[in-house]
Amino acid sequence: MTLVDKAQIMDGDGMRRAIVRIAHEILEKNRGTENLALVGIRTRGFPLAERLAAAIGQIEQRSLAVGILDITLYRDDLTTIDVQPQVRKTEIPFDVTRKDIVLVDDVIFTGRTARAALDAIMDLGRPSRIHLAVLVDRGHREVPIRPDYVGKNVPTSRREIICVRLKEVDGRDEVVIQEPQDS
Amino acid sequence: MRLLLKGGRVVDPRNGLDETRDVLIEGGKVLAVDATIDAEGVRTLGVEGKVVVPGLIDMHVHLREPGREDEETIESGTRAAARGGFVAVACMPNTNPPLDTGAAVRFVVSRARETGHVRVLPVGAITKGLAGAELAEAGELRRAGAVAVSDDGHPVMNSGIMRHAMEYACMFDLPIISHAEDAELSAGGAMNEGYWSTRLGLPGIPAAAEEAMVARDILLAGLTGARLHIAHVSTAGSVELVRRAKEKGVAVTCEATPHHFSLTDEAVAGYDTNTKVNPPLRCASDVEAVRRGLADGVIDAIASDHAPHTVEEKEVEYELAAFGMIGLETSLALAVTGLVRPGLLTLDQLVERMSCGPARILGLDWPGIVPGAEANITVIDPDASFLVDPAEFASLSRNTPFAGRRLFGKVAATIVAGKLAYEAPGVWPTR
Amino acid sequence: MALKHKDLLGLEYLDRDEIETILDTAVPMKEIFTRDIKKLPTLRGKTMVNLFYEPSTRTRTSFELAGKWMSADVTNIATSTSSVAKGESLKDTARTIEALGANFIVIRHQMAGAPHLVARTVRASVVNAGDGRHEHPTQALLDLFTIRERLGRIEGLKVAIVGDILHSRVARSNIWGLTKLGAHVTVCGPRTLIPPDVSRMGVEVTTSLDEALAGSDVVNVLRMQLERQKKGLFPSIREYSDLYGLTREKVKKCKPDVLILHPGPANLGVEITEEVAESPSAAVHQQVTNGVACRMAVLYLLSGGGKPGEVAA
Repeated sequence: MTLVDKAQIMDGDGMRRAIVRIAHEILEKNRGTENLALVGIRTRGFPLAERLAAAIGQIEQRSLAVGILDITLYRDDLTTIDVQPQVRKTEIPFDVTRKDIVLVDDVIFTGRTARAALDAIMDLGRPSRIHLAVLVDRGHREVPIRPDYVGKNVPTSRREIICVRLKEVDGRDEVVIQEPQDS
Repeated sequence: MRLLLKGGRVVDPRNGLDETRDVLIEGGKVLAVDATIDAEGVRTLGVEGKVVVPGLIDMHVHLREPGREDEETIESGTRAAARGGFVAVACMPNTNPPLDTGAAVRFVVSRARETGHVRVLPVGAITKGLAGAELAEAGELRRAGAVAVSDDGHPVMNSGIMRHAMEYACMFDLPIISHAEDAELSAGGAMNEGYWSTRLGLPGIPAAAEEAMVARDILLAGLTGARLHIAHVSTAGSVELVRRAKEKGVAVTCEATPHHFSLTDEAVAGYDTNTKVNPPLRCASDVEAVRRGLADGVIDAIASDHAPHTVEEKEVEYELAAFGMIGLETSLALAVTGLVRPGLLTLDQLVERMSCGPARILGLDWPGIVPGAEANITVIDPDASFLVDPAEFASLSRNTPFAGRRLFGKVAATIVAGKLAYEAPGVWPTR
Repeated sequence: MALKHKDLLGLEYLDRDEIETILDTAVPMKEIFTRDIKKLPTLRGKTMVNLFYEPSTRTRTSFELAGKWMSADVTNIATSTSSVAKGESLKDTARTIEALGANFIVIRHQMAGAPHLVARTVRASVVNAGDGRHEHPTQALLDLFTIRERLGRIEGLKVAIVGDILHSRVARSNIWGLTKLGAHVTVCGPRTLIPPDVSRMGVEVTTSLDEALAGSDVVNVLRMQLERQKKGLFPSIREYSDLYGLTREKVKKCKPDVLILHPGPANLGVEITEEVAESPSAAVHQQVTNGVACRMAVLYLLSGGGKPGEVAA
């Protein structure tokens, strides 16, 4: 089985505009950056968090703390998935307690990753608030979790796969819908 | 019952015979051996393409009766022997009670007469209770039917006792079968000492534990003039010691087991307790020396050291497992596969090591396949192969590391004193 | 990725990639030591049984913490309190433990190959916590981890293992791990405590401590079981200590940045002096911490993928 790109739903410009818009929304909702810190979920949440931090920094003229969260050990499907994921480091260079944390990920689907991320972050301390920012919301939630900031809502079928490509990881910026095809 | 073996290749080194011959058997004896025999009212077995040889003898087995009838009985053990092509087995005295009295030996003789499928030749103890301290009554053992004496399973550690045992055995012309092991050097050991024991972290038994005692017993045999037979030689050093002793004219013979010429200590990797034997499986150069010794005749006999053990005794930690593996039903095939097919032994030599040699050592009247001789004959199909499946064994035990191996050399029939003790199912059409 | 077998019976059976995967996974695991809340949900609902036929505080506690910090339910069975004393066979015990729902059986046994017997008997993952003189894989993993952490690499390093090589499972596991990762290993001890043909495992052998120490990047000092003396393997503790004990004077002959390891518990003043064990060159306490991280990594990697009893993809 191979995955075939079906349609591009966001290009580099679209992505940049979405990030800038989310940056503004975050500032608006938090009324400033005093306690604000961004935490990107591995793998693609982290470069997105860095870009968001840069966008906010440009507007506010100050730099924001950014951390990386590895949620592997918090997944609820470890015993059922075929290929066991490599555990990597969580690197959060600040104390999360009493911070306004914005969790950043590329796609929200079932909501289980966000659920794991909430547990993971709360094991590290007691933030004042946690918000969730995603580039794409593709629906099909299995848990009562809703993102606070969304780059784009994309209705999908369960069969389809949303693939976010980022320069830092994949060499270019775009979001595409893929479909499995029997080869 | 009259039996006619028709068209087989008769290989009988004792009588210098290697020709296609018909063999007619009647009244327990060989009646005729001729190019063509036609007889009426006999059961005729077409043995074309098969080899007809003097009955094989396994001079080293443990039948476990009396005492451990859950592991093996004289009935099951001799049935296994017949399946393996053996017309006679010498059984070791480490039973419970041990064969250290005339009564114990007579028990085995009478049980064998009642339940045995092949001849049973009891080996009496050297010392009372196999304890290595006081001599057993060799004269009484001889009268009861013992063909040799041995404390097999235990070495006679006290050199003084061994000397006296040899001197005393001379009076009855009984061979002494030595289990050569220096128990101080081997103490606590579970496998051969060497690279594999190091790698597997198992306590080792050095080759020197065997060789030191082989050397001692050869010196004592020289001193006393006794007939010494070294059981299960397993090291290059032992083979060399026997070779030199024979050159010097010492009355020494020895045997080797199929596992010692088929497996190295590498087989222990994985901790399969069926590979745990005493003496242990040795390294490649030892295996090579044993094979050479068998080829050039320094080693006189192939004997299985058939040692049945229950699953409970074997499915435990390697160091706790009992020593020993069964061998009656794989011995011939391992010899054919490992020695004859690669060209190390001729069929003639195979018969020498598995029939004539053991008979000579044990002092049996063994005239071979000639008219008038008792009809003890094994029919072998050396080119037929089979998969070793312990579930098919007649032995009560299953402790073999050879399960699943494809071996050559099937037994077609085992004839004991003119009677078919075993015939392979469906090997020939009967008329 | 992950591990190819359902069990961890020894480093002998792992390839270089598998060893490196465990070491890499232990890095994020170690992070838990910096947290207030030392708890991960990873092994929630899994049961781990520590089956110890030999007394051990360090290894058992380390496994216990590793399991507990990952939310497994952990039970300890020690010989004195179990039916083992009643003559129950190892196989039977293993089947009983599995029937109780164990997903992991961590076993310490005085006989080589005992974990293999258990692994063949049950579908649970079996972790060897030391079998006779055979292997102690998680100890070697924590040693490798500590070396990597302190010196940044393993490939090309010179490592001396000093002491009772013959009876040491730590030595054997270290030899496998170090040689597979490209280190040069020298084993050193009295001739009576060097196993035969050990050089075939890919190591140099010497009875001279000076020779072993010269140029070594790492010295792993083994614990001397004092009762060996009674078996005639060496004449006295005094002479052993004199010939093979690691003292400040002997450390001076080493490279200045030498790393000294000891699996613990040390006989201070016999194979190593307290001064050396507590010196900055030694990593004795760091080893203990790293042990928990490495065991967490092992448990995680054995827990994943596929059905129990099958080879993890």
